[in-house]
Amino acid sequence: MKHAKLGFFLGKKTIKLISLLVVVCFASFWIVEQSPIDPVRAYIGEMSIQSEQKAKLDEYWGVNTPVQEKFFNWAGKLLKGDFGVSLIYRVPVIDVIKEKFTASLILMACSWLISGVIGFVLGIIAGMKNGTWIDKAIKTYCYILTATPTFWLALLLLMVFSVYLGLFPLGFSVPIGVAAANVTLFDKFQHLILPALTLSLLGVAQIAMFTREKLIKVLLSDYVLFAKARGEKGLDLILRHGVRNVALPAITLQFLGFSELFGGAALVEQVFSYPGIGQATVAAGLRSDVPLLLGIVIFSAIFVFFGNLIADLIYEFIDPRLKQKEAML
Amino acid sequence: MGEKTEIYSGIRQKTEALLKIKDMSLSFIQYTSGLRQTELKVISGLSMEAHKGEILAVVGSSGSGKSLLAHAILGILPSNAKLEGKMEYCACTLTQEKKEELRGKELALIPQSTTYLDPLMRISDQVIGSVEEENEGLRKKLQRKIFRKYDLKPEVERMFPHELSGGMTRRVLVSTAVISSAKLIIADEPTPGLDDKTLKETLSYFRDMANNGCAVILITHDIEAALKISDKIAIFYAGTILEVANVEDFKNDGEYLRHPYTRALWNALPQNKFQAIKGHQPMQDEVTDGCIFYERCSKKSEFCSKGFPNLKRVNGGLVRCNNVS
Repeated sequence: MKHAKLGFFLGKKTIKLISLLVVVCFASFWIVEQSPIDPVRAYIGEMSIQSEQKAKLDEYWGVNTPVQEKFFNWAGKLLKGDFGVSLIYRVPVIDVIKEKFTASLILMACSWLISGVIGFVLGIIAGMKNGTWIDKAIKTYCYILTATPTFWLALLLLMVFSVYLGLFPLGFSVPIGVAAANVTLFDKFQHLILPALTLSLLGVAQIAMFTREKLIKVLLSDYVLFAKARGEKGLDLILRHGVRNVALPAITLQFLGFSELFGGAALVEQVFSYPGIGQATVAAGLRSDVPLLLGIVIFSAIFVFFGNLIADLIYEFIDPRLKQKEAML
Repeated sequence: MGEKTEIYSGIRQKTEALLKIKDMSLSFIQYTSGLRQTELKVISGLSMEAHKGEILAVVGSSGSGKSLLAHAILGILPSNAKLEGKMEYCACTLTQEKKEELRGKELALIPQSTTYLDPLMRISDQVIGSVEEENEGLRKKLQRKIFRKYDLKPEVERMFPHELSGGMTRRVLVSTAVISSAKLIIADEPTPGLDDKTLKETLSYFRDMANNGCAVILITHDIEAALKISDKIAIFYAGTILEVANVEDFKNDGEYLRHPYTRALWNALPQNKFQAIKGHQPMQDEVTDGCIFYERCSKKSEFCSKGFPNLKRVNGGLVRCNNVS
């Protein structure tokens, strides 16, 4: 019974994913097609060539084939798992994405976890101490953070910790001038700290404010009043009823934040020259690497989709109230 | 502490009240337009007593502030509430600190609906409540015993509040009070939405508690249900108690009832005269000089428009009316 329901849920989501990807492919291809990007020019790079040669290349790459044909050529190959070759890296797009995504994943995972935990704790404290100076301090901190551009904070941290204090390296994911084989885990960790810190600090605000609001509401509820009437109080009450009722929506929100995480990573990686998917996206966009850009768009769509999927799963299958509602339908 | 109380009540028995409230008033500080503060009085000059082994029903219409009376006794009022008057429990002054110390132990509330249960906590955990680890086993056993007594099946333990039926919810809420071995139990509107059988059952739980030596305060708008099991009925009107009558006083035409409002209430019942009186309760922000019931009273005299009559003892009951002696 339960498995059947899960199967049905996943089936529905699969159909959704497929239709989403079709639309994403369609839209992104159309946008690229409409843009003034010239992939042949990007392929040639800085070399100067005569217009005759350019025309030959245009013909070779099929620049003048009709749009529909172009799309079906590309989409047909996609279905076979062929994303084409990146124009700037000169290797298959899929390999670039794999490499860059792994590098980013650790960065995003770290900041996602840290911001989630810190944000939740701050939110609980603020909600608990609603109206006091602690609450006001946390609120102010969150408002400032929400108003702070990611790249600006990244630059600030870089200036303070790397340039003035010299505590952390200036950029990249590994030290410069060291053979790949000699890079230690500590080196990698050291390079990860500042970018991860930037992303975490910014991620804290949303989750903290949400948790705070939610906890205040919970504390005004009938069941908390009743718990008080039964002699529960203080931290024990917050842990027993507050955290229990705030945790699920907060975790859900954190999973829904995958898209922002991705956007934040792009900016932070750019500032720290951290070779991840964000930086690859910016490079692909600026240097007209159409195959890579389209590949990244598709993968990031899948990534965000899975964040939302997990959020839905939590709601449908972990929250006992919704579990029950489904069963009644 | 418990032992001492025991002796105390042993000597005085039924004559000394477990809970005594004298001249209680409750108001809320509110901001009206801009920064202007006003005080909204919801309860004024309320006096009552709850005795061991007795059920006192506080009867009044919905929205007249009865629940707040319960919250005031337990000390769980919102922060903008201002509580005045004297409250005594076991002949000791009941301060806010004392309330916090006693609630869950000697004072228990039976709330009105399922919204008072944590939606994400399993029923057994809620009934057991917050206890130290070493007592948990003991409480668990006690909870099982109570569930058996109230005919709650073992699978209810693992359920969540939304899975309970109305009758089950009621029994679970009653269990939370029983497990605490409280001496003063305040049940807030425990009867609405129950079918006849469940209603009877629920009422019998309260009778049981009283028979076991608890003082039960039953807050309700259902005078019929109250008459079935209570010993005394306190009539709550516009934030105060107009009369405390013995349950035997409610018979025939109500000639034994002391206050005109109580009599009107009695005669409004379908099985009696089914007659409603005109008018409505004064709103909380309406200021009245004289008797609070003046506008609607059939027996009013000139004298009634000045000053609210004090509570006086008449025929073994209490009443706030000038025209009774």
